[in-house]
Amino acid sequence: MLKSSSGFSIQFWLPVSAIFVFLGMAPQIVSAYRLELLTIFLINVILAQSYRLMTTTGDWTLCHYILMGVGAYATGILAKKFGIPFYMAMPLAAMITVGVSFLFAVPLSRTIGFAFFIASFALGEFVRHVWLKFHNPFGGARGVNGIPKLEIGQSGDWYFIDFWEPTNFYFFTLIFTVVVLVILYRIDRSRIGNAWKAIYADSELCESIGINVARARIMVFCVAGFFAGIAGSLMAYLIGSIDPHNFEMVEMVYLIIWVVVGGVKTFWGALIGVISMSLVFELTRPLEEWRPLLFGVILIVFLVYMPGGLETIIPRFKSFFVDLFGKKEIS
Amino acid sequence: MGIETLIQSFANALVLGSIYAMVAVGLALAFGVMQMANFAHGELFMAGAYVVYVLYSLVGLPFFIAVIAAFPIVAMLGVLFERAIFRPTRGNVLAGFMATAGASFIMQVLVGQQWGVGLMRSVPVPYKGSAEFLGVAVSWQRLAIIPATIIMVGGLWFFLKKIKAGKALRACAQDTEAAVLQGISINKMTVLAMFLSGGFAGVGGALMAPIIPVTPYMGHVYAVTAFIVVIVGGMASIEGAVLAAFILGFIHTFVSTLYDSVTATMVGVLFMAVVLIVKPTGLLGHVKV
Repeated sequence: MLKSSSGFSIQFWLPVSAIFVFLGMAPQIVSAYRLELLTIFLINVILAQSYRLMTTTGDWTLCHYILMGVGAYATGILAKKFGIPFYMAMPLAAMITVGVSFLFAVPLSRTIGFAFFIASFALGEFVRHVWLKFHNPFGGARGVNGIPKLEIGQSGDWYFIDFWEPTNFYFFTLIFTVVVLVILYRIDRSRIGNAWKAIYADSELCESIGINVARARIMVFCVAGFFAGIAGSLMAYLIGSIDPHNFEMVEMVYLIIWVVVGGVKTFWGALIGVISMSLVFELTRPLEEWRPLLFGVILIVFLVYMPGGLETIIPRFKSFFVDLFGKKEIS
Repeated sequence: MGIETLIQSFANALVLGSIYAMVAVGLALAFGVMQMANFAHGELFMAGAYVVYVLYSLVGLPFFIAVIAAFPIVAMLGVLFERAIFRPTRGNVLAGFMATAGASFIMQVLVGQQWGVGLMRSVPVPYKGSAEFLGVAVSWQRLAIIPATIIMVGGLWFFLKKIKAGKALRACAQDTEAAVLQGISINKMTVLAMFLSGGFAGVGGALMAPIIPVTPYMGHVYAVTAFIVVIVGGMASIEGAVLAAFILGFIHTFVSTLYDSVTATMVGVLFMAVVLIVKPTGLLGHVKV
């Protein structure tokens, strides 16, 4: 395999540069409506990749969407009630999400597997009901409306950028997505990233060689929460109004479908999952009411017949052919 | 809170606890045998309600026959889940759980396409009027749930303790390998567990059909509550599920009466989180999930 100096092969750089060329040209070649869909897709990429990071320790949660909601609500309230500009509101919202993640993670780290899954759901529902109940900051069932638009400078300044313009917001999100993906890739390859994967493989062995398992699991929850908070913050600025119905269980199931379809073993699995499922989602727009059925079937097929997801297709084919030709040589 | 409100809430809590018990017992039973966690349990509940809607409202059979018919019909759906989802994913709780999430999508769409999504299907109340005692009134329709639950759960207890197949089911739940060594077929036991689990959810939904709006999405709330009940009671423990069902019934009724239903859900969820943190095995459970 051809290796470039950065350690990636040419097989990697070719499709990646093709994707970048497409994403860079997108505002010229697609309609405004499609551009907004593309922006939402980029936000979903951040969300799915942060969820995939979470699952490297083997802890599947059911509250990742709620963490995104925490980021969105924090952004909405900071921007609307306190008039804080985006370059302060976004990091603050992400940090608030980290705080909430920490509060979730400390009790959750006492549980494992299925109980972890269900308990994370319970805590998430608790937060969602807090949004529903308290009208004062969260606006009850109607949510937070009229979140101020994102802009740099005042109109008239030479550096003024109005992100109400879909193209500008699209590039803003694109930059965020690329930066987040690079950071997540580095985290995945780092020492702590390997420690998280080791916890999935054998948590008792990890403890015996000096990894603080509880601390590492809390840490991965907070890191994933940070990026979910960023995704939520972008979402809040994009759609301008948020309510508790945006963060229901159904959305979480779709997030799980992306990650399950792609696979979680490698960094690219979740990415493949989001891309393919977003395509299916858009292509089935005419069959809107049948769509959940289709996704239900996809989820079952992938969990039952193709555990490991799309990322394992090529290795499977390879091993299939190796088996085939290996046998021939022996005979 | 006056004495009458107290008694009224007490009666309501008993009814609510009974229905929670009916739904949660099936969930606990299925989880006990080979850890089958059924996300679509609420959709089985919904299927039971639709059986009553079709047989009682549309066809015109007597109500109690429709309720009895719900048991085998929905139980067969449970068996279908076992064959299609739980058997291939055996040994991986999360995979089975998430795959049944897909199954719940499928059932919601199919029912919604067949009988409509938006309009609620009205099921006329078969037992009109209400029972009055100590100055409080509970409608007969709601009151009928309590004896139905006693009969169903009592029947299950009898089945598990006295009948050979029930004993085999318990043996399988306690120690699968030992049960296999005694010649008990795991596949038969998982089918039996899902049959009973589906049947209980179906009868629960059938009894609730005249009381709550019948929609394709009606099961979600009950499934969530049933999961909370099962976790609080101890995942595989049927006694724990019954106990926790009544605790949750009382919590929901009294907090709803004193404050509002959103707060009631919050308190219920928080109660479960506290139980999980303090005693991860649940109130009466022995297995850590």
